[in-house]
Amino acid sequence: MPEQKIVVEGLSVSFGELRVLDDLSFDVAPGEFVSVIGPSGCGKSTLFNVLAGLREPDRGAVLVDGAPAGRETFGYMPQKDLLFPWRTVLDNTTLGLEVAGMRRRDAREKARALFAPFGLAGFERSRPGELSGGMRQRAALLRTVVQDREVLLLDEPFGALDSLTRTAMQEWLEGVRARYGWTVLLITHDIREAVFLSDRVLVLSPRPAQVRREVAVDLARPRAVEVVTDPAFAAAEAELLAALRAS
Amino acid sequence: MVHRLLPRLLSPRRLLPPLVIVAALLVTWQVAVTVLDVRPQVLPSPLRVVEQGWAFRDALWANTVPTLQVTAVGFAVSLAVGWVLAIVVDFSPWLRRALVPLLVASQTLPIVAIAPLLIIWFGFGLLPKVVVIALVTFFPIAVGLIEGFAATDREASNLLRSMGGDRWQEFRYVRLPGAMPSFFTALRIGITYAVTGAIFAEYVGARSGLGIFMNQQKNSFRTDLVLAAVVVTAVISVALFGLTFLVQRLLVPWYRRDARA
Repeated sequence: MPEQKIVVEGLSVSFGELRVLDDLSFDVAPGEFVSVIGPSGCGKSTLFNVLAGLREPDRGAVLVDGAPAGRETFGYMPQKDLLFPWRTVLDNTTLGLEVAGMRRRDAREKARALFAPFGLAGFERSRPGELSGGMRQRAALLRTVVQDREVLLLDEPFGALDSLTRTAMQEWLEGVRARYGWTVLLITHDIREAVFLSDRVLVLSPRPAQVRREVAVDLARPRAVEVVTDPAFAAAEAELLAALRAS
Repeated sequence: MVHRLLPRLLSPRRLLPPLVIVAALLVTWQVAVTVLDVRPQVLPSPLRVVEQGWAFRDALWANTVPTLQVTAVGFAVSLAVGWVLAIVVDFSPWLRRALVPLLVASQTLPIVAIAPLLIIWFGFGLLPKVVVIALVTFFPIAVGLIEGFAATDREASNLLRSMGGDRWQEFRYVRLPGAMPSFFTALRIGITYAVTGAIFAEYVGARSGLGIFMNQQKNSFRTDLVLAAVVVTAVISVALFGLTFLVQRLLVPWYRRDARA
């Protein structure tokens, strides 16, 4: 078995004349939490679209356990929660399973089991409009997780939340991830969020994006909010800020 | 379910303002006709319209039933055509480019000129009337659906694709339910046109129906009965319009709930 879960090799993507990704390479170990930060418009979302199988790269490859990744490899959670008002919360979370052809009853049973750990117990039959912002994001994450994909791709999942809710969500995510041992790739604009959640943070350069800097976050897990006062936390934050400023 | 829905539709807060306006207009009309002593062949008073309408209720009813039938069949055809066109256009960009301009062009046909020709071609039966109604009403329905499907959030489409969904699943799980609000708006526009479309088609030529009834009464200067038939037409239109809200609440109950949230 290869040591790395994911190997991204020399990805290049252009939109016409505009080169968005240029020979981008990195890898992710099994169970690792890796964040990707970079200046606005640097091509982070394009990278995620390629990983999610929504866009073919012009050159390069994405390998999972040594084999080319398919659309079934990554569980993609977009920035917007995209919970559909015509479905109950439970039926929103089963969408991916239904699309994959699972019987509705089995899909519901499978998703229902995750409602308690996701803090959504009792809201199975509610409509998305009745949930708070944090709950909506948890429901969207549940919808992603329940598909049992090998790697989670989270595209700024907490970007639209207020700062208190965001902090609570980050702490919650840290907890559930430890419990389930997910391999996660996260896009974020928030340096503090990246440091708090990640084993490693990749800093992308402005377009065309390449990995400019790689910062390992050497802090014990599971982490609690208090970790932000740790000198190692501050050091990682400062290093990332400097790397982003330089770009 | 229905008994819980109706009270909201018929709440006094909704019904009172239009009723007050209508009552005021009717009183003004009645007073004006009485004071100015207008001949009823020119303008009958509202009371006379009601009185004569009631006296001729059998004839009115006998002509209302065929109109309702024609409206129902015509609108059903129109719905079928509108849905098929919209789905075809949604799945094929080529057909979208080919058909949408033709749909628009179809709306420039002067129905006034076409309707009599349809009677020459298809006779006095159901067919020419169904064609007129479909021609008048399929357009808002098709356009409402086409735009409703197309208004789907691109990211929602991406989400479905990342789940491994094909184009049909994207349609079924996202585009179709997402288009429902816009469909019901289109349905309301369509259904009101359908009744007037039926009346018009009958006016041009029919064996029975409110349209031909109006035409005949006009020719014998029974303005009061023409207006009585107009009242019946208005009642039918408003009732069908209200029915669309009922259907909407039964079929897409989430829509209102979400709008309120």
